[in-house]
Amino acid sequence: MHPFTYSRATDVADAVRDKAGHVASAYIGGGTNLIDLMKMNVEQPAHLVNVAKLPLSKIEDLPDGGLRLGATATNSDTAWNEDVKKRYPLLNQAILAGASPQLRNAATNGGNLMQRTRCYYFYDVATPCNKREPGSGCSAIGGYNRVCGILGTSEACIATHPSDMCVALAALAPTVRVSGPNGERTIAFEDFHRLPGDQPEFDNTLAEGELITSLDLPEKGFAKNFAYLKLRDRHSYAFALVSVAVGLEMDGDTIKEARLALGGVAHKPWRDQSAEDLLKGQPATAETFGRVAAHVVANAVGQGSNDFKIELARRAIVRALKQAAEGQQQAGDMYLGGQ
Amino acid sequence: MSQPLTSTPYTGGVPAPVPTGPVRLHINGETRTLQLAPWTSLLDALREYAHLTGTKKGCDHGQCGACTVLVNGLRINSCLTLAVMHEDDDITTIEGLGTPENLSPLQQAFVDHDAFQCGYCTPGQICSAQGLLNEGRAHSEAEIKELMSGNLCRCGAYVGILDAVKEVVDKESSDVGA
Ligand SMILES: Cc1cc2nc3c(=O)[nH]c(=O)nc-3n(C[C@H](O)[C@H](O)[C@H](O)COP(=O)(O)OP(=O)(O)OC[C@H]3O[C@@H](n4cnc5c(N)ncnc54)[C@H](O)[C@@H]3O)c2cc1C
Ligand code: SF4
Ligand code: FES
Ligand code: FES
Repeated sequence: MHPFTYSRATDVADAVRDKAGHVASAYIGGGTNLIDLMKMNVEQPAHLVNVAKLPLSKIEDLPDGGLRLGATATNSDTAWNEDVKKRYPLLNQAILAGASPQLRNAATNGGNLMQRTRCYYFYDVATPCNKREPGSGCSAIGGYNRVCGILGTSEACIATHPSDMCVALAALAPTVRVSGPNGERTIAFEDFHRLPGDQPEFDNTLAEGELITSLDLPEKGFAKNFAYLKLRDRHSYAFALVSVAVGLEMDGDTIKEARLALGGVAHKPWRDQSAEDLLKGQPATAETFGRVAAHVVANAVGQGSNDFKIELARRAIVRALKQAAEGQQQAGDMYLGGQ
Repeated sequence: MSQPLTSTPYTGGVPAPVPTGPVRLHINGETRTLQLAPWTSLLDALREYAHLTGTKKGCDHGQCGACTVLVNGLRINSCLTLAVMHEDDDITTIEGLGTPENLSPLQQAFVDHDAFQCGYCTPGQICSAQGLLNEGRAHSEAEIKELMSGNLCRCGAYVGILDAVKEVVDKESSDVGA
């Protein structure tokens, strides 16, 4: 690991000031992604600002009926929070489907949004990678790309965003609150992560020096009809090959409103609003689900070793929609692999 | 990109001295002030500086759970956290759970159920299981399996591990019920 200096921020203003005052500095939350990348020399910050103990760990009601998730609340405290379990069980399920209890105890909500891709070449500093070293090329295109994306890829990068939590968030559409050298602002979750285009070095739209302070969930939590389906190489403690988050509002057997987002398929959590529109007003039948799933993957492109993801995603969407419509997943249940 | 291998002599000047500083940790009930560089992981601080070698380094990347310790009662991977981030925290390692003469209930259950072969993953398994007991969320066998999934055992002693943890979980819940 490269040498660096370290400080612990006392409040948000102190954190922003400290980061701005040091070149090549980085915030650190739980450290579960950043320290890993520093050990591999993928990231080499010269100064770390510890934000994990900032007073941003509360989970509290918002006046508009929503729920504020503090940026430094851990993934565990968020998943097991009583309000999250009751009002946003989709989020509870998605968080518990990710990583391990030890990692979730350390990982923060802010860090989860900011975690970097698991593309093999991004981690391997001996190989070209446009995300790690802009302009060096993409080793995954034509290489081993089993974990890479099938939607929204570019000629510069085909990496995926690896988070489970963020797939549920894409469906729930919170607002991301940030503080930076130029003050506070909010970013719609939909606009937080970005597609690679010709600048894959940027995972998201956070400006230099900005600190995430909270995620503000709207009131609507789809607590009755939801599903988080995660498909992976082993039953637990593995990243998603494909995952699907669904939230439905039902009127008898008719879908009144729908949310649909996919993980493991793109550079950002992939919410498909045109598919949501197609579901609206339709009967919750196998025919509807099949049609919508085909629509979502219609423009998907395989890269060789990840071709299987197209069919896997199509089937996963059908299954998750069915589970959500039938209310199969129960609020507060432990995630046991989405059987 | 890492440094290319060349035969050019090193001209980068004298490296700056390593800026170490005191870090106060409460390890197994004892306050220890260690002189550490900021990049020392909690795992290395425990093993190399506090000389508590019960905690094991498996992968050093958060993938195996061998380095699991309890920080303020919560289980985390000590390889993916820096010691400086834990100033004044309470750290419990396998050495703090029981003694050879007086094993903790989990340690005794691991012996009784043959829950190891080489034993390398065992300190992490037991600290993780202690964290699972503290959390109080695992009751059924399926729940224990899922909530112990952050600990790999390359010897495949999973059957014994599950039996050992289940026994203590059941005992604790019947004690609470009584
Ligand atoms: C073995 C392993 C398996 C895993 N499996 C899964 C999985 O199955 N599913 C899944 O979703 N995740 C998985 N993870 C990833 C894990 O969820 C992330 O590492 C974690 O969420 C990152 O949070 P952190 O607080 O530790 O971030 P850190 O490592 O502290 O930081 C990550 C990044 O976020 C930045 N950052 C941190 N906090 C803030 C803030 N408040 N504002 C702005 N920037 C910030 C840091 O500068 C850094 O760039 C796994 C990780 C490991 C090691
Ligand atoms: S897919 Fe993206 S992250 Fe992977 S090698 Fe190509 S540029 Fe790098
Ligand atoms: S050594 Fe820490 S998880 Fe493997
Ligand atoms: S007993 Fe050998 S690795 Fe678990």
